[in-house]
Amino acid sequence: MVNPGAVFAPAFLASAVEAIEMAVIVIGVGAARGWRSTLLGAAGGMAVLAVVVVALGRALTVVPIGSLRLVVGGLLLVFGLQWLRKGIRRVSANGLAGYSGGVHLEDEPPPVPGRVDWTAFVLSFKGVLLEGLEVAFIAVTFGATANAFTPAIAGAVSAVVLVGAIAAASQAWVRRIPRSVLQLAVGLLLTSFGTFWGAEGLGVEWPGSDAAILGLLLLYSTMAAVYTLALRRRAQARGAEAQAQVPAMRRS
Amino acid sequence: MIAALRGFLLFWYGFVIGDDWTVAAAVAAGFVGTWLLLRAHLPAWWLLPLVVVVITGVSLRRSLTRG
Repeated sequence: MVNPGAVFAPAFLASAVEAIEMAVIVIGVGAARGWRSTLLGAAGGMAVLAVVVVALGRALTVVPIGSLRLVVGGLLLVFGLQWLRKGIRRVSANGLAGYSGGVHLEDEPPPVPGRVDWTAFVLSFKGVLLEGLEVAFIAVTFGATANAFTPAIAGAVSAVVLVGAIAAASQAWVRRIPRSVLQLAVGLLLTSFGTFWGAEGLGVEWPGSDAAILGLLLLYSTMAAVYTLALRRRAQARGAEAQAQVPAMRRS
Repeated sequence: MIAALRGFLLFWYGFVIGDDWTVAAAVAAGFVGTWLLLRAHLPAWWLLPLVVVVITGVSLRRSLTRG
């Protein structure tokens, strides 16, 4: 007889890692684009996940998770890079104090009140579906290995509920982050997750496994800081040049 | 019907391509390069992060020259 705790604990810990990734995407997108469409996307992802899990049950491992990671990762990466570049430009222009008028840039149409913001919906839907499937895989794998599905499922569900509760409690704090910084931060997160999942979908084995996401986040944060400083210095140099030309024009 | 299809295609164009098509093209090339490295049984994890760092810098520079 397998000790239920020996199945619950690893299923809980492994699922918690995936649930944190899911929560980070939902919280980031919700804070940046608005909560209604983000939560609709999350609910849609959960509904599809529930149908897949109920329909396939223990045969869940037939789902081509590698292809799913590649598609979701690729889409998150190209979209994350758009926000990352816009965030760098915005922070380099306005600093970390943010700017008024909401997160939406002049070249990015804001969501229409009362209508679904498909950008938020799609990002949230994909994040929840992919990470939810990974949690389901963990429960099935641990459950099948130890022939003890109940503690494995309990561990996975507990991790999702606990991380979800912590994420819900933290969203008020996330709302206080300046909008331009938030766009940069969410761009960094989407780009890091997109790089990780996309390459993993192709079959890449990342050094350090899931911890490589933190390495990617560090690399891209450093890159963003360097590019932001470079843009600020360029803008300051141009401003100084323009100021130097004014007296010269007045003299002539 | 046509307006809905047009809206659908425009949404995905904006989602994937956005304001600089070269970024999406570079990411696609990065995926192909990673796949080729894997097929050759060479370490491949480093290529995509390198593509991201380089194309972000190139795209930011292009956006400055475009004004």
